[in-house]
Amino acid sequence: MEKTTLFDKIWDAHVVKSVPAGPDVFFIDKHFIHEVTSPVAFLNLEKRGIGVKYPHRTIATPDHNVPTVDQDQTIKDKLSRMQVEKLRQNCAKYGIELHDLGSAHHGIVHVIGPELGVTQPGMTIVCGDSHTSTHGAFGAIAFGIGTSEVEMVLATQCIMQSKAKKMRISVEGTLGKGVTSKDIILYIISKISAAGATGYFVEYAGSAIQSLSMEARMTICNMSIEMGARGGLIAPDETTFAYLKGKEYAPKGEAWDQAVAHWKTLKTDDGAIFDKELVFQAADIEPMITYGTNPGMGIKINGNIPSTQGMEGSNKTSYLKSLDYMGFAPGEPILGKSVDYVFVGSCTNGRIEDIRAVAQFVKGHKKADSITAWIVPGSREVEKQAQAEGLVAILEEAGFELRQPGCSACLAMNDDKIPAGKYAVSTSNRNFEGRQGPGARTLLASPLTVAAVAITGRITDPREVFGN
Amino acid sequence: MAYDKFTILKSTTVPLPTENVDTDQIIPARFLKATEREGFGDNLFRDWRYDAAGTPKSDFVLNDPTYNGKILVAGKNFGSGSSREHAVWALYDYGFRCVVSSFFADIFKNNCLNIGVLPVTVTPDFAEKLFSAIAADPQTVVEVNLPQQTITLLATGDAESFDINEYKKDNMQHGFDDIDYLINIAPEIEAFASKR
Repeated sequence: MEKTTLFDKIWDAHVVKSVPAGPDVFFIDKHFIHEVTSPVAFLNLEKRGIGVKYPHRTIATPDHNVPTVDQDQTIKDKLSRMQVEKLRQNCAKYGIELHDLGSAHHGIVHVIGPELGVTQPGMTIVCGDSHTSTHGAFGAIAFGIGTSEVEMVLATQCIMQSKAKKMRISVEGTLGKGVTSKDIILYIISKISAAGATGYFVEYAGSAIQSLSMEARMTICNMSIEMGARGGLIAPDETTFAYLKGKEYAPKGEAWDQAVAHWKTLKTDDGAIFDKELVFQAADIEPMITYGTNPGMGIKINGNIPSTQGMEGSNKTSYLKSLDYMGFAPGEPILGKSVDYVFVGSCTNGRIEDIRAVAQFVKGHKKADSITAWIVPGSREVEKQAQAEGLVAILEEAGFELRQPGCSACLAMNDDKIPAGKYAVSTSNRNFEGRQGPGARTLLASPLTVAAVAITGRITDPREVFGN
Repeated sequence: MAYDKFTILKSTTVPLPTENVDTDQIIPARFLKATEREGFGDNLFRDWRYDAAGTPKSDFVLNDPTYNGKILVAGKNFGSGSSREHAVWALYDYGFRCVVSSFFADIFKNNCLNIGVLPVTVTPDFAEKLFSAIAADPQTVVEVNLPQQTITLLATGDAESFDINEYKKDNMQHGFDDIDYLINIAPEIEAFASKR
């Protein structure tokens, strides 16, 4: 029998038909929608005079533009309010399940999907958001789509997609102290560049990946898009099954046993061929931080910003433009640079494990006076758990401001903006120009590094603080 | 939405050689709050085009009257980052019908094809040739011929062929979109769905 990859197995099982010299008609099991990329899709359905074909396969939540304070009140920003109201109207009209502001399972779409157990191994999952790749942590094919495709899924439950090439990235060995899954993915992207996996779907494998919790795996798959990959996935295992067991939408009883039996078959065959294979050693990975304006511009935190040696033409111009925006010079160290804001949150690092890591680190300490520290749980469930575990009290004692769930300062569509020229060390996923507010300067790092920066007010190696 | 047919486009160009232009630059997130598709062109490249007070920045190419046209010639890895289709809506609304680059981000390219903006991938050499030719003569005309799958610098005759799959090519030439196709095969999809 032909040896196939995990990606092949899931993909091939979802092809309705292949168009000759064209894409596949690809069936979608679960579709997540939010308020920003769905309204035009619904509008177009109306214009065409068609409805939502399989409403039970779509789940909605408002997350991108929502305020992170006073969520029980009417949204003040008129345009944001209109988008959220449109989402409510569309969900009511077509019978789509909505986890609205203030409800028990409200949160960032890529946090609540796994939390509810909607995300399961072997599924195909899409959403009008590029970080849909997060769900790949469960051994699902999950990726972001445009609004035209949101419309296609609503109308037909299918999209037209050409199958991506396959890449396997293995990380072997044991991670050092103070090194997290965020550092793994920032390290990989720094090695292969922000476009290094364009055209590929990535399977993450190896002992270092297998040792990670589901939260940590989600952080890695989440950022697959930041190296250009269509998505990333990890074969399901006992860690996956243990996470899903008992979740609201997970199969129960006999159906659970059957599901697990099937999920255990979802792995790459020994000897299956990938178009590209990369292997990294966990021992080589140190706490990472970005210094530029795309996620590939990352270095180990105690390293120097690269010099322009060997660069020429538009490559060099683009590099210097980026450093100019950041206010950094080629060749200088990044440690010790002054910081104004820290942000803990987003679909990358807004889960309970991330909040625990920060709380444990800052327990008994105060943030630096010069720092504004925001912590935004990824969901109501995360917020509730952080309260119950006493983490909120620790963080507030340390001077962090806890806000309500949403995408928040990751993309600053709401009022959570970093002011122009200010530096933010952020657990989010993108350091693009203006991403966290016009003129804002973003440095991406792990929750541990962010915690260390919050205490010292400067770029700090988390391994150097309090002997941690 | 079905869109305008695309066959042969002859136009002057707008050069933007910057590499890794992400969709947050093409249309910043704070301008994604509309519930309809119109008007995004005004905010195309907003933060490169205007300062905080809304005054046009004279050093940005869209504010330079020397350059205009329906073809954007862009640097490597154009359209990375967010899947926001609004980025393509903004390009389209501004008046671009074709984007040329030596390397496109995946989702962006897909979104272009779904909106009727033709993404043309050229070799790095040809991209350099285009940038040089535009610098030498900003009024130089480029022909993008979809039926022939060629892009030509008309002044010199320098040309290159580009790839596009037959299905998407046919769609673009006729102004069809994927939904038209999917709705036509609804019974096949229903049969597939019923087994799941």
